[in-house]
Amino acid sequence: MKRKYEEILHELIKEGVDSIEIAKIQWEMELDCEHTIEKLDKYNNKLGLYEYFDFNFLQNTKPNIPNPKMDIQTLNDLIERDKQREEDGLPRRIRLGKIVKTGPKGSSQVVIVPTTVETKFYHDNSITEDDEQQMGGAGGEAEGDVIGEQKADQEGQGDGAGPGQGGGENHDLSSDAYHLGKILTEKFELPDLKDKGSKKSLSKYKYDLTDVNKGFGQILDKKQTLKNIVKSNIVLGNITPGEEIDATKIIITPDDKYYKILSKERDYETEATVFFVRDYSGSMQGAPTEAVLTQHLFIYSWLVYQYDYRVTTKFILHDTEAKEVDDFDTYYKSTVAGGTQIFPAFELVNQIIENEQLALKSNVYVFYGSDGDDWNDKENKLTKELRKLAQYANRIGLFVTRNSYGGTTSQTTLEKSIESSNLLIELRDKIKMDVIDANDISEKQIIETIKKLLVQ
Amino acid sequence: MKLINQHTKKIMEGCKERAKDVGLQFDNESLEYVVTNSDMLELSPKVMIPTMYDYWVNDIEVFKSKEEYKLYPHNPFETVINSRPAISFYNDNNPDWLNVMIFYHVLAHIDFFQNNQLFAHTWNDDFVGRALADKRQIAALRGKYGRWVDYTIEFARCIDNLVAYFPTLNKDKKPNVGNDMLSFYFNIFLQRELKYSEHQIFKEIERYNDAIESNSNVGEVVFLNEIIQKHPEFETRFKEHQNREVQEPSDLMEFIRDQSPFLNRSENKWMKIVLDIIRNTSLYFSPQIRTKIINEGWASYWHDKLFMMDDRIKGNEVAYAKINASVTSIRRIGLNPYAIGLRLVQEVEDLANKGKLSYEFQKLQGIDARDSFNNDTNKGQEAIFTLRKHFSDFTLINAFTSQEFVDKHDLMVIGKRFNQERNTQEYYVKSKKAGEYKNMLVDSLYHPPHITVNTEKTDDDNLHLVHTFENKQLYQPYIQNTMMSIGKLWGGNIHLETSDIRRVNHDHGSELQEIRVLITWDGSKLDKKTL
Repeated sequence: MKRKYEEILHELIKEGVDSIEIAKIQWEMELDCEHTIEKLDKYNNKLGLYEYFDFNFLQNTKPNIPNPKMDIQTLNDLIERDKQREEDGLPRRIRLGKIVKTGPKGSSQVVIVPTTVETKFYHDNSITEDDEQQMGGAGGEAEGDVIGEQKADQEGQGDGAGPGQGGGENHDLSSDAYHLGKILTEKFELPDLKDKGSKKSLSKYKYDLTDVNKGFGQILDKKQTLKNIVKSNIVLGNITPGEEIDATKIIITPDDKYYKILSKERDYETEATVFFVRDYSGSMQGAPTEAVLTQHLFIYSWLVYQYDYRVTTKFILHDTEAKEVDDFDTYYKSTVAGGTQIFPAFELVNQIIENEQLALKSNVYVFYGSDGDDWNDKENKLTKELRKLAQYANRIGLFVTRNSYGGTTSQTTLEKSIESSNLLIELRDKIKMDVIDANDISEKQIIETIKKLLVQ
Repeated sequence: MKLINQHTKKIMEGCKERAKDVGLQFDNESLEYVVTNSDMLELSPKVMIPTMYDYWVNDIEVFKSKEEYKLYPHNPFETVINSRPAISFYNDNNPDWLNVMIFYHVLAHIDFFQNNQLFAHTWNDDFVGRALADKRQIAALRGKYGRWVDYTIEFARCIDNLVAYFPTLNKDKKPNVGNDMLSFYFNIFLQRELKYSEHQIFKEIERYNDAIESNSNVGEVVFLNEIIQKHPEFETRFKEHQNREVQEPSDLMEFIRDQSPFLNRSENKWMKIVLDIIRNTSLYFSPQIRTKIINEGWASYWHDKLFMMDDRIKGNEVAYAKINASVTSIRRIGLNPYAIGLRLVQEVEDLANKGKLSYEFQKLQGIDARDSFNNDTNKGQEAIFTLRKHFSDFTLINAFTSQEFVDKHDLMVIGKRFNQERNTQEYYVKSKKAGEYKNMLVDSLYHPPHITVNTEKTDDDNLHLVHTFENKQLYQPYIQNTMMSIGKLWGGNIHLETSDIRRVNHDHGSELQEIRVLITWDGSKLDKKTL
């Protein structure tokens, strides 16, 4: 991988890019490492001084924290309260869309929870002279000896919320997403799509053995039938709970028999296909990734609600190369590394649309998130790909989170190339872009950016 | 929640007798409850105080990080709380021998709560009872002022780590300088007001002694009368001084409570009650977070010692050893307060037993001579009881993390660095020096920033705060919201003098530099200026 970056850099220097650009590229190359999903290993389980307590260590009991998965009623209350705060002249406190890792030993579950922070003044320990974290330990090695290592991008941060964290089993997001989408539409006033695009699909029906019926049917449900027989016989006094059952006394009535029966089921057909594309290169580390992922999670939820579950999603990650990943979980948790070239991502999107003829079947949405950093693109490959994509897509939303490396006040490479290409005016119905300062993001701002990207 | 059964209570009472025999001191009464999972669900957000006030933030997931301990002056899940009587919580399925171990651990904690000087301000009060009164008070206010009570709690909690805990401890122990007229005259009035030289002060003292000598009954009155005649302002000054002593707010929370123009409006006066509740709660928890290592060390020392002496549970040594080892083993990576605390307590005991807590030992230079030094003074027990009475985490670590201690237990500072070639994060032995190990330990202790009010620059519209820089900047993302909260309580602009750390590049690399800045919150946005 490193070789490839060096080649690109070499070419760019030949073409004569400026020194700031080169510095940026070199910085990203330093961050380069293999993309993987983090895994917990023994070093990630180290506890801080104040995380030891008697309950855990003496009584082997992990105190319960309130179950983060709240029922929707409470979530509504919280959001209602948050709205009230705004009217009272205070900033909102509830944040949504966090993904937390729960469960024992590395198994994880993806859930949407309301979270909040309590702010105080406290000392920031992260800045040190040699930029190294240090901790306590014990062992017989001499000074300078390496005692352990872990893959550079498998940095675990323990229980918590945020991107690039957690790992393990996948979890179906859609039911959570539907509720979140409903909340976003209703409470945060995201637009309600009146015209859901031209590709309306009718519901199809299929037949399946999903219903149950008493007395007759296609297949006997043995377990349920047995339960019913036991129940009836307890009532009749033929079985006494706790005592051995005398099978000769048992009476079976036709009503006890449960059958599975063929029934008509609605089969949903996809109405919308959404591509979520994000930059996961080195410069995206931290706040920019958080912002992009929160936005994408919200958009996904909103679409799931708008299209009543009939949404297919595709997830694309890119650094200097693009790849499709299977699910939101992987998309969400993949950690950052490597350099940045944007056009391969859109190339891949176009390729997928063409191969699968998606544009004919459904409404296509593409949302892209990045810190706006793009290694020099002299041939304007990006704008070419975007123009092509605009033919297929209902909406392309570009979201730039300016990070501190490039400076938060100056225009990023991506912004510059989009502006100079005149795409935003030429294709104003299709392409929208919004820019945000990555170091200063709140839920409200992200909702605002979504509104801007979705504006009709 | 229900009390433990009679059988288990009897075991506890047996433990109390044995613990008292070895010198632990605690009240006879204690309450032990069995807690179920659902009890824990309710108790843990309330930091195990069943009567803690309700607050909505406790009902939802708060974004937690490794840094959380810096925000809250309490440990989240205590087995035993510092109340009168002390309350402790247990699983209902612990075997008897395990309960014996836990009981000894708990009793040592109770002994620590009731004897360590850092807890002195909690001795005359039962916090569970007070918390209940506070909870009712807040509920009553909520009935009247609705959601504004929760806003006030929220704003107050933003600064509840800035309470003057140490000055509060000090209050009763301060020498009475300036409390009576004479002492005020010699110690304060002459020196600060009249700016007398030493020579002149001695002369005055002589004059006073003469007056007493010539007439022991009324000499003092005569002397004071003369002063008042000579300095007509003396009496007023003395009264002012007395008032100042009583009223001087000791921290930001008290200052806001007393001086805030917003809180002083008659319709907002109730908010002061909320501020007091939050402040007192924080003060109550303050000693706990500052004695985590020593308290766990003390409890581990005694549960081990007493368990091994207990004749009731013979035969469970193996099962016990397994649990004890998991609790008190030094971690390969990370800091285990039980392990470090226990080793330090044992170290002090060993030092005192051999007479090493003496100048004679300290001036020894050679390693062998230091190793073999032994005066057989056997003062170990006495020494650790002194430790339990007077020491905190910081003083314990600062005084006893010696090179001998670090070497004995193979302790080290581990650094984490990036290895570019192997593309890994490496954990390596950064140092085995006692000084650096001590610094690392001290660095991981709870230590809120020191922020005071500059009264000269403060008026009704502006509150001017000064952060004393201790080589660490404040955590930037939290500044805005915290200042907004203070702004809401003051009802004006908030200024904070603090320091940023910036990396400055030069020819031979780079270094960190402190830059003094003034951050201002004007009610809608933050503004930062370099000073």
